[in-house]
Formats: sequence, C-alpha cells, structure tokens
Amino acid sequence: MYETLASFAQTWGLVLFVVAFALVLIYALNPRNQSKFDAAKRIPLEDGPVESEDDTDVR
Amino acid sequence: MSENRAHPGNGSDTGGDVMLIAVILVVGALWSLFTAARATDPLMAAHAVMFLVATVLGGFALVSHLSSGYVADRNAYEMGVVKAGVFASVFWGIAGFLVGVIIAAQLAFPSLLYFPDLAWTNFGRLRPLHTSAVIFAFGGNVLIATSFYVVQRTSRARLWGGLTPWFVFWGYNLFIVIAATGYLMGITQSKEYAEPEWYADIWLTIVWVAYLLVFLGTLLKRKEPHIYVANWFFLAFIVTVAMLHIVNNLAVPVSLTGSKSYSLFAGVQDALTQWWYGHNAVGFFLTAGFLGIMYYFIPKKAERPVYSYRLSIVHFWSLIFLYIWAGPHHLHYTALPEWAQTLGMTFSIMLWMPSWGGMINGLMTLSGAWDKLRTDPVLRMMVVSVAFYGMSTFEGPLMSIRSVNSLSHYTDWTIGHVHSGALGWVGYISFGALYCLVPWLWKRKALYSRALVEWHFWISTLGILLYITSMWVSGIMQGLMWRAYNEFGFLEFSFVETVEAMHPYYIIRMLGGLLFLIGSFVMAYNLWRTAKGDIREKEYARDAALAAAPAE
Repeated sequence: MYETLASFAQTWGLVLFVVAFALVLIYALNPRNQSKFDAAKRIPLEDGPVESEDDTDVR
Repeated sequence: MSENRAHPGNGSDTGGDVMLIAVILVVGALWSLFTAARATDPLMAAHAVMFLVATVLGGFALVSHLSSGYVADRNAYEMGVVKAGVFASVFWGIAGFLVGVIIAAQLAFPSLLYFPDLAWTNFGRLRPLHTSAVIFAFGGNVLIATSFYVVQRTSRARLWGGLTPWFVFWGYNLFIVIAATGYLMGITQSKEYAEPEWYADIWLTIVWVAYLLVFLGTLLKRKEPHIYVANWFFLAFIVTVAMLHIVNNLAVPVSLTGSKSYSLFAGVQDALTQWWYGHNAVGFFLTAGFLGIMYYFIPKKAERPVYSYRLSIVHFWSLIFLYIWAGPHHLHYTALPEWAQTLGMTFSIMLWMPSWGGMINGLMTLSGAWDKLRTDPVLRMMVVSVAFYGMSTFEGPLMSIRSVNSLSHYTDWTIGHVHSGALGWVGYISFGALYCLVPWLWKRKALYSRALVEWHFWISTLGILLYITSMWVSGIMQGLMWRAYNEFGFLEFSFVETVEAMHPYYIIRMLGGLLFLIGSFVMAYNLWRTAKGDIREKEYARDAALAAAPAE
C-alpha cells in the first residue's frame, strides 16, 4: 500500500500536475479569451445598483 | 415564508429555508435537552445547556421574523447579514487581540500572572482562545461578511436561500461561543486550530454546508456571465475548509452524552492529518479567502481593474494545487517518511511562485495611481497588507527548508512568522475591507475621520514591527542557544537559561501586541461614528479648501 502510493505520487502525480498546469496556462494565455478577461476584470468597477432603492447604491 | 407569498411565481427560494432551520432548531433543542439531562461529565452538561438556550433564542427569532410580516425585496441585495458580520468581526477582533496581549503578558511576567486557583486563566487554556478568536472568530466573520458582499455584487444577484445566510451567521458564531467557552472550561481534543470536540465539529459541519449552499446558490443564479476571480478564491476557501475540517476531526466519542472523543487516526498518520489540516487552514482560510478580499476591495478602492486577469487565473489554480501538499514541512525530523517531508518542503518552495505572482498582481493594480497611497490611508493599509503577504510568503518557504527548519522549529521565529502573516496580511486586508464596507453598507459619503485611520495605521504598523523583529531576534537566539555545544560535547545552555535570555524580547512583543490592540480600538470608534452618520467636519472642510485651491 505504502510503496504503491509513494511510487504513484512520484510518477503519475507529477505527470498529472504538469498536465494540469499546462491546461491552466493554455486557458489563461489563449488570445481568444482575452476579450472575456478584459470584461471580467471590470466586474468590480461596474457592479452598479440593482433595481431597488434599498441596499443598492455603492458609489 | 412571507417572501414567497409575496412572489409566488418566483421559484428560486421555496420556503425550504424556514423548514430546514426549524427542523435544525427542534432537533438541536431535543438533543441538547437529552444531553443536558444524561451528560456523563459536567462540561458536556454546560455546553448542552448553552446549546439549548441558543436553539430556543433561535426559535424565538424565527417566529418573530415570520410573524412580523416582513417581506424582503427580492430585487435588492441582502446586506443585513453583511452588516451583522461587520459588527461581529470588530467585536471578535478586539476580543482576540486582547487575549493575545494577556497571554503575551503571561509569558513576559509568568510569576505575576499565574493563578493556580483559577484554572481558566491558565496560558494553556487562553492560548487556543486567542488563536481561535483571531483566526476563526475575527477572520471567519470577516470572510463570511466579505464573501456574502462580494458574491452578491459581482454576480448581481441577491444571496440565495432566504434566511439561510442568517443561519450561517448565527450558527457560525454559536460555534465560536461553544469553542471559546470550551477552551476556558478545559475541553480540547488537543489538535492545534482544531481544538473543539466532536459535537461542536458536527455543528460547524452543518453550518459550513449551509454556507457552501448559499455561496453556490448565489453563483448559480448570477446575472453576470463570468464568475469573478474573487469568488473563485472564496469558493476554494469554503470547499477546502469543509474537506479539511471533516477529515481532521474524524473521531469516536467515548460516550454520546460526553464531551471527550478520540481521533480515528493514530501516531504519525494522526500527525500528518493534523498538519495537512493545519497548514491548509493557513493556505485556504488565511490565504485563499483573504485573497478573495484583495481581488475585490483593492481594485474597487483604487478604482482600477486588477493588474492582470490572466495572472489571477494562473495565481488561483497554482496556489490551490500547491498549497494542499505543503503540510508535511511541519513534520521535519519526525517519524514521517523522509520522501513525504521532502515533498512538503518542495511544494512549499514552489509556492513562492503563485504567492509572489498574487502579490505582484495586487500591488501593480495601483500602477498609475500610486499617488492614492498618499491620500487614501485605507488603500495604503491594504497595499501594506499585500506587502506583508509577500514578506511572510517569502519567509515561509525559507523556513520549510529542512536545514533552516532545524534552527527555526519550536522557536519564537515561527511565532514571529505567523504574526507577520496574521497581523500584517490578514489583519490589514481585513481592516481595509471593514473601512470600505462600513461607509458603503450604511450609505455614508466618507469615513468619520481619515486622520483616525492614519493613527490606526501608524500605531499598529509600529506594533507589528516591534512584534516580528523581537520574535526574529528571540527565536534565532533561542534556536542557536539550543544547539550550542561546549568543547566537551555537552549542551552549552540549560533550557531555563534560554527562557531567561528571551525575557526582554517577550516584553517588546507584548508592547507590540498592545499597540496593535490600541489601533483596533481606534478603528472600532471610527467605524462606529461612521455608521452613525457622523463626519469630522474639520478634516473634510480643510480638504475641500485644498481641493478648491488653484494648481500652481
């Protein structure tokens, strides 16, 4: 059990992490996502009021 | 419930919230009545009675809310629970900092502040009270309040679940009270940052699942197509803390009507589980959650979008994938297999990357607006917080290296490291968020006084510096004294000699903590006056005059 876990962590675990990281980089750096991210980064600045006078207005 | 009668066609909240809360209150009341009557130890009876009182009060609150005929505006945000969270944060913050100063004084003057007849004043009982009060009571309430605020604003949706967010708030604070009184009475399962016993752990699990449901439910009904990065961090914090809490607290109670339980794990497995939990309490409670605050409040306050959204995505995924493996660095030179120790150390060192990536992202958000640091003390507080984040996440990986750890482990260096993260990073980003939230929530044009924020900032910054520098000196000295040998191969110093040598630094640390505590009183006063709607005319009149002066 211990040997199996240890060898799995040292081989396939490594592969899994490299692949996962590559996928994150592909998603983050893909130019096609640029416009989506540009819109997303403005969300906190444009989270204006919703349709009620109660508990809405923030700046 | 009344909300649904007003909007029968609107099906996202089905009144299930009231049913569920009522069932939890009734079952809780019956359980505590039964346990109070049959308790095998007086401590369990005391907690059962407290729980009974809480469920009865909860029942009264629920009935009076329902009979008041109050109809919530479902198109408005639920900000009442955020306001309650702000109150609770300030209260628990002051309580936690105060207990910290008390136990620092106990360490500095042990003979003056030792009362053998009052067991509850013992350092061993007050210390977990301090750690839990600052991390879980102060930090937890800040996280609940800010996450409820941010998820609503960035999703453009009211909190999901009707009264469930209120159940989360009160349920969480009940857990805090049960935990805190338990420590004072001497109830502990002896796991650091996880001291509460099995029944409190089960209660927290129920509350935490409700928290997760509220957060996910709000995200699901969002009107904004994209889930903003702050919400990813909050979600990772909620999900991971649930997993850590459940696994680390797997235990068998000695009796179903007694307070004592035994862990399911033993020996080195228990130690590894504990530090997998313990380090990820740092990684996901004190880091991921507060990064969620950073990614919303710094851009909002600086009126600039985050420096790089791409970087924030890489930051998020690499941080959560790496942090979860770092725990074994708490167990260097133990029975834990060496490859596991090395793995913990390696992942800790790799954490430099996402940590500094996140720090750069937070700091560079101000690029082109650095002048605001001079004029806006709240923003400055948050930026200094990110700087402390960078400093303590540099120091942490350094200390996780096995050979450095052989010097630093068990010494005050660790305490100094923890406090540069806790006071500098977590404290300041929380204070910044509170200074933002109070004027926003209570609809005030500005804080009561910016000068008082300046005072808070400088008093507590001085306090933090005194704290961490004294602990560096004391800790490294302590480590060096422990490993000093004389020419015959004997230890150079006895343990008590190292304690004596640390005395002056303990006094400096206590003074540092005292300054931090005074700063928090200044904040509480300023926030109170702000919420009341007061404004310190003198300050703002002068500013207006300055603004009106023509540029040269």
